[in-house]
Amino acid sequence: MEDNVLLKTINLSKNYYNDKTEIKAIENLNIHVLNNEILAIVGPSGCGKSTFLSILANLEKQTNGKIIMKKNLSIGYMLQSDSLFPWLTILDNVLLGLDIKKMKTGNNIEYTINLLKKYGLYEFRDQYPDNLSGGMRQRVALIRTLATNPDLLLLDEPYSALDYQTRLSLSNDLQEIIKNEGKTAILITHDLAEAISLGDRVIVLSKRPCTIKSIYNINLNNKTNPIDNRKDPKFNYYYDKIWRDLDVHI
Amino acid sequence: MSIYSNEHKEYLKKKRRKTIFVHMTQIFIILFFFIIWEYLANKGIINTFLYSSPSLIIKTIINLIKQNNLFSHLFITISEVMISFIISCIIALFISTILWWNEFISRVFNPFLSNLNSLPKVALGPLIIIWAGASIKSIILMSLMISIFVTIINFHQSFIGTDKNYITLLKSMNAKKKDIFFKVIIPSNKENIISTLKINLSMNFIGVIMGELLVSKKGLGYLIMYGSQVFNINLVITAILILGLLSFILYYIITIINKLIVKKR
Repeated sequence: MEDNVLLKTINLSKNYYNDKTEIKAIENLNIHVLNNEILAIVGPSGCGKSTFLSILANLEKQTNGKIIMKKNLSIGYMLQSDSLFPWLTILDNVLLGLDIKKMKTGNNIEYTINLLKKYGLYEFRDQYPDNLSGGMRQRVALIRTLATNPDLLLLDEPYSALDYQTRLSLSNDLQEIIKNEGKTAILITHDLAEAISLGDRVIVLSKRPCTIKSIYNINLNNKTNPIDNRKDPKFNYYYDKIWRDLDVHI
Repeated sequence: MSIYSNEHKEYLKKKRRKTIFVHMTQIFIILFFFIIWEYLANKGIINTFLYSSPSLIIKTIINLIKQNNLFSHLFITISEVMISFIISCIIALFISTILWWNEFISRVFNPFLSNLNSLPKVALGPLIIIWAGASIKSIILMSLMISIFVTIINFHQSFIGTDKNYITLLKSMNAKKKDIFFKVIIPSNKENIISTLKINLSMNFIGVIMGELLVSKKGLGYLIMYGSQVFNINLVITAILILGLLSFILYYIITIINKLIVKKR
């Protein structure tokens, strides 16, 4: 495998079965993920995007195909719902992963506390999640994912449950955090603008069974943060192209 | 502590006044009931031989205390309830954990459990007496039969009803089944567990009294049975009233424990 590739899938397929039918969710998917990139994946709803992430996160097994990973690649998975435990404080919530993985060492705790400090959540460490706004909770969930210091973040529509303004400001956050901490991320979204403004590359998937329709390297004239990226002259060009690729019929 | 504004104080005052009014009304209803009862009994409108009266009940209580009997009966009943409550909690928690842990076992035993749960357990009374003898063993067995199946089913239902997202999250962290159980299933179901314990306690109460009616030589159920056999209605009604008071107190204790545990948030 090339040096700058963290992970690649070879002819990945996934079928679901019930009594009457066989559903092909994913068929022969070949995707590679480059080091330090944000790879955005868009596709029609129900096309198997989330299934792809759950296979990478080892929550489900593929039916066919292979996944090749860089040696000792650690993965952090962030779900659509923040799933913060209401009975734990913010600090205990973000330490959950370390606790489960039996990695609760002084250094790791300090690293997590530093993350809380850096991203403005330290003063809430002894509060319970119910006292926090939706945006804050998602930020806590992101820090919980980062606490185990994974190389690759799998983000499954992390902000889709939030209102538009919060989502915009959190996508700035997200980019900053990923770039600052030197992470790689796969971001699944149904929001084209989010994909183009955040992603270094955008992969468009087809309807079920899901295969690759097109891949775009996002080359904006002046690439900065996601909010400003939306004003870039080339933003609309990509938006238009991807919209056509998605071929939405209602 | 923050300092309350005058409007806030006024609001709290009103709220407190309303609560006090509710409690006063409740006490009034109880007093009203007993006064009317006593009045009707005094006027000879109801037959005290069949329906007793508050003053006769007080006399019966004093008699029981004098003979040094009341507290030993009370003590027996409470300890039987407690013993069967603790045993049924432990067994039910253990079995429901196994059912949660292993889907195969749960699928195999589910129909048996619902069947046993819907079986009227009083029907087992005669068998229990024959097998366990006319002793405290029968009473506790009876109580376990009545309480345990519904408790197992309730525990198991709340375990499998746990928010799937929490479990997915833990699985994505490579958690073992043990971690999922102790870090998610138990803490997220704290409130469900306590309300099941409440039901379990009342079930044990029912079971113990039922058992005492069938076999015992001591306890409140025995007093009721004995009273009816010698046609001492005063004794029967006294025992029933004490029973009501006792179950109220036990229920209250669990509610307080509930508050202490849930308060943390």
